[in-house]
Order: sequence, then structure tokens, then C-alpha cells
Amino acid sequence: MATPAPLRPATLRWGWLAAALGALAAAMLLGVILGPAELDAGEVIRELLGAAFVDDPSSLTATQQAILWELRLPRVVLGGMVGAMLGIAGGAYQGVFRNPLADPYLLGVAAGAGLGATLVIVSAGEASTTLLPIAAFAGGTVAVALTYAIGRSVGGRSATTIILAGVAVAAFFTAVQTYLQQRNLETVRQVYTWILGRLTTTGWREVLVLLPYVVVSSVALLLHRRLLDALSVGDAEADALGIPTGRVRATVVLFATLGTAAAVAVSGLIAFVGLIVPHTVRLLVGSSYRSLLPLSMVFGAAFLILADLAARTVASPAELPIGVITAFVGAPFFGLILRTSRRMIG
Amino acid sequence: MSIALGKVTAGYGVGPVLEEIDLTVATNEWVGILGPNGAGKSTLLKVIAGLHAPDAGTVNIDGASPAEHGRPRMAQLVAYLPQNPFFPEEMPAGEYVLLGRAPHLAYFAVESGADVAIATEALELLDAGHLANRPLGDISGGEKQRVLLARALAQEPQVLLLDEPTTALDIGHQLAALEMIGDIRRERPVTIVAAMHDLSLAGQFTDRLVLLAAGRVVASGSARDVLTPDLIRRHYRADVAVVDVPGDGIAVVPLRARRSTG
Repeated sequence: MATPAPLRPATLRWGWLAAALGALAAAMLLGVILGPAELDAGEVIRELLGAAFVDDPSSLTATQQAILWELRLPRVVLGGMVGAMLGIAGGAYQGVFRNPLADPYLLGVAAGAGLGATLVIVSAGEASTTLLPIAAFAGGTVAVALTYAIGRSVGGRSATTIILAGVAVAAFFTAVQTYLQQRNLETVRQVYTWILGRLTTTGWREVLVLLPYVVVSSVALLLHRRLLDALSVGDAEADALGIPTGRVRATVVLFATLGTAAAVAVSGLIAFVGLIVPHTVRLLVGSSYRSLLPLSMVFGAAFLILADLAARTVASPAELPIGVITAFVGAPFFGLILRTSRRMIG
Repeated sequence: MSIALGKVTAGYGVGPVLEEIDLTVATNEWVGILGPNGAGKSTLLKVIAGLHAPDAGTVNIDGASPAEHGRPRMAQLVAYLPQNPFFPEEMPAGEYVLLGRAPHLAYFAVESGADVAIATEALELLDAGHLANRPLGDISGGEKQRVLLARALAQEPQVLLLDEPTTALDIGHQLAALEMIGDIRRERPVTIVAAMHDLSLAGQFTDRLVLLAAGRVVASGSARDVLTPDLIRRHYRADVAVVDVPGDGIAVVPLRARRSTG
């Protein structure tokens, strides 16, 4: 009889990580060279490598250098960070709630951020670029905290109770936001633009604001990869195996929310990324969070950079909201997921 | 490792499910818990596992209560297998068995080579090594039962709590599963408490039987003491014949009630 294949613990699939990093590098390169003023790919690579390693100046003009370093690269990096954050947060939410339809906005972060942003836009108008991200971040975190508080007060720590509390909180925040929007029709367009999501940068400022949130949240979520695998047997059995399910869920939700709220604050509500990226990764590499979380980050970054590229080029010089692009790709994909994820839903 | 319950009363808010249960289980003993549906068998196992706190009475596992041990330590001492375990369909059987190492890992730790070796040994002990890389959704009910027992073994528990371990298995797999549990006990010292529905199998495989009815212990002792037509009629509302089987065992045969047709 043949010797059976040895037992292997789930680990990160390095081949897939390499492929994901390749896709990310390609997306970044396309993101920086394409636009109203096209830059030469070879010169861009030389310029970027020159900045990092060797003093071998590219032949880019000063204007082209400014376009690269001050306009396109910050936007590409910001898009990558937002996509990475939404990708990993979506994967983590799906694991912690054992629900394939969970996305980072499940517990009300989108509705809360939407209300925060709307409040600022209707009260401060155009002068609100500094205040808007802060209000969106605050609204998102307050909404999720409220969801958690309500969920715990009515039914302990079960995933379903918390999800239902999230539905209630999101409905309430959306109701208030819609009311404010209706009362201030002159700002509807601004509110609407924010809700559909857009990446706008003023140099590297947004990148630096978002960076610590993405780093801290991602590291915290990646550290929970084994525990998320263990939760897949359900709370009761995970409890019996000594997994502190309540603590795992609260910690994962905390970090996923902080990262998502920060991403939403700088980018608006970009739909579907947190849903379709982890599901695509799941179809490719299986359901272990040891691969799913890191790969969702990298593929999420690549996907959002490409979506942003499409948003700013397909109707150039006009710019489409990035949420329109991600939803346009995401909605058909969502139908596919419903067909293929029956195994996970049961 | 011994287990002692003193006057344990437990429930879920609307009247007690267990009332004043006294039960001791000696180290390396296998006790079968019998009783009709709703008698409190599953609750009793959860109380012993420390997964459900009793309203009154004492639970003592190796000299301390489950609360004193704390959840992580209890998970190291006690493997609890629920009646209807959830098998994530995409998870390979080997990874599922590795979950048994969870009680021994620090919060952020991942499994070491030693953990993998323990899980491999558990799978092989149950003749399930060949299933290691098969997704749980692709293996049979009997194979799932082996994998579940292997997960419990990988926990290296000193107490094994089994809730209806042979539900949904055909008669051949029922016998095989109970033989496996017997083999486990011969292989390493482990105290077993199992809620069981099949009276004949319970009588033949366990050291001692405890009959629960309406949350109370109504009989306890050897198979011949507990599996009597009178006790079974009274508590299960079923007429049975108890017959001798080869090898000094007994079997319980249900009898259809004779109705007058005239």
C-alpha cells in the first residue's frame, strides 16, 4: 500500500503570494504610467529604482517627475492601501461571522461614516476637506461600537445577534443621513460623490494619515489567522477547544473596523472590494485564513489600483466614481459567488 | 482522572434540566449515560466539560471545579464531542485534527512540528492517516467519525466526553466506532463519559451505566442492573425483552405492542 500523504498544517501558499505580488507590481506600474500624460514604462521603472537604489537618473522631465511623484504614485499607493485594507477586513469579517456575505461594512461602518461625512458636508460645505475624514472615521467607529453594545446587551456574544444589531444600527444611521441629505438638497451631489467613493490625493498627506491604521490593523488581523480557522467549526465547538471566541471576535472586529473606518475616511464608500476579493482568493487557494488574509490584502490592493485606473481613464477627462467601477465588476461577480459558495453557506 | 458531581442542579432558566445529580467516575472508567430524549444527558456532559455552569452543586475534575481550572486548562483536560459536530466542508481532515491542538497553543501561536506529529499519530491510531489531505465534505460519515475522534485524541485529554458518538452511523460503523473508543482507552489512560441511545451497545461496551430520567439519576450499575424490562418500560415507555448474548453480555430487543384487531 502506498504511504499516505503526510499531514500538513495550513500555511501561506507562497507561490500564490508571489503571483499576487506580481499582479500588484503590474497594477502599480500601469497606474503610474497611464493617464492624460502617458509616461514611458522603462523610464518610470528607472526613476523609481533610481530613487531606491542607484543614482542613475531617468530621462523624465521635471514635469513628468512631478506627475509621477506628486500625483500618480501617491494615488496608486493610496488606492493600494485602501484595497488591501478592504480586502483583509472583508476576509476577516467573513471568518469571524462565518458568513460568506459579510463585508467590512456589515456592522454599520459604512452607514456611520456616511452620516459623519454628510453632517460635515451639509454644515461646512466646500471647506470641509480636513474635517470630513475625521467625521467619517468617527461616524464609522461609533456605529460599530453601538452595534456591538446593542448586540451584547440583548443576546450575549453570538455572531447572529451582532449581525442583526448591525442591520438595525445601519438602518438608523442611514435614515438620519437620508433625512439630512433631503433637507440640504444643494449638497446632494457632494454627498453622493463621497458615498460612491473616490481617491483624491494632495501629495502624500492621505497616504501618511492612513498608513499607521493599515499597518496596525493588518498585522493584528494576520496574527489571528489560526484562530479564524478554528472558529470555522462554530462557537460552541471552538469554546470547547479552549478558543476564547468572544475575545477573538471582538478583537478582530475592533481592528477590522479601525482599518476600514480609516480607509473609508480617505476614500469614501467603495463597494464590493471587501466581498469579491476574499471570495476570489477563497476560490483560488481554499478557505484557510493563513492564505486567505495575506492574499486578500495583496489582490485587494491590485484590484483597487486597476479599478481607480479605469475610473480616471475610461471617461477621461471626466472621472467616474471608483465605487461605480468596483460595483460594475462586483455585482455580476456577486451572482457567481452565490452559485459557488453554497458549500460554505450549507 | 476522576470526576465527581455532588448534588448538581442545572438548567436553562425555565425549570431545572438536571436535579441533584450525584455521580462519580473513576480514572480510566467508561460510564454510559442512558435516558430517554430530554432526560438531561447532553446537559450533564456540558456541565462536566465546564461549558454549562450548574445552578447548584459541585463539579470536581481532578481536584478542582471547571471554573477553578479555567477554560483553557479545561480544554486541555477534557475533550468534548458534541452530538452534531460541524465539519467545515472545505477543510482537509488533517487540519481538522490539528484543531485538537488548540488548547495547548498560546493565543497567537501556530502549530509546531510536535503538534503536527501528535495529530498525525492520532489519525494513524484510528486508521485514518490516508484521509489527512481529503476535504471533510468528501469523506463518508464513518470516516468523519474517525476524524472527529482523532481530533479529540490530538487534544491529549484525560477525560473524553462523547454525546451520542454513534448517531447517524450504520450498525457496522457503530460497532467500529465503539471499538475505536475502547482501543483508545487501552492505548492511553482516559476516563470516558458517553451519552448513548443504543442500550445494547451501551451495555456491551461500557463499564457501568447510569440511567437518567427527567433530570434525575434513577438507576446506576452494571448492564444487568440497569437494563431491565421494568426500568426501561417505566422510563422509556417501551416494552423490551432482555436477552443473553454470547460473551456474557446482554441485548435489549424492542417488542412491538400487541394490539387486539377484533
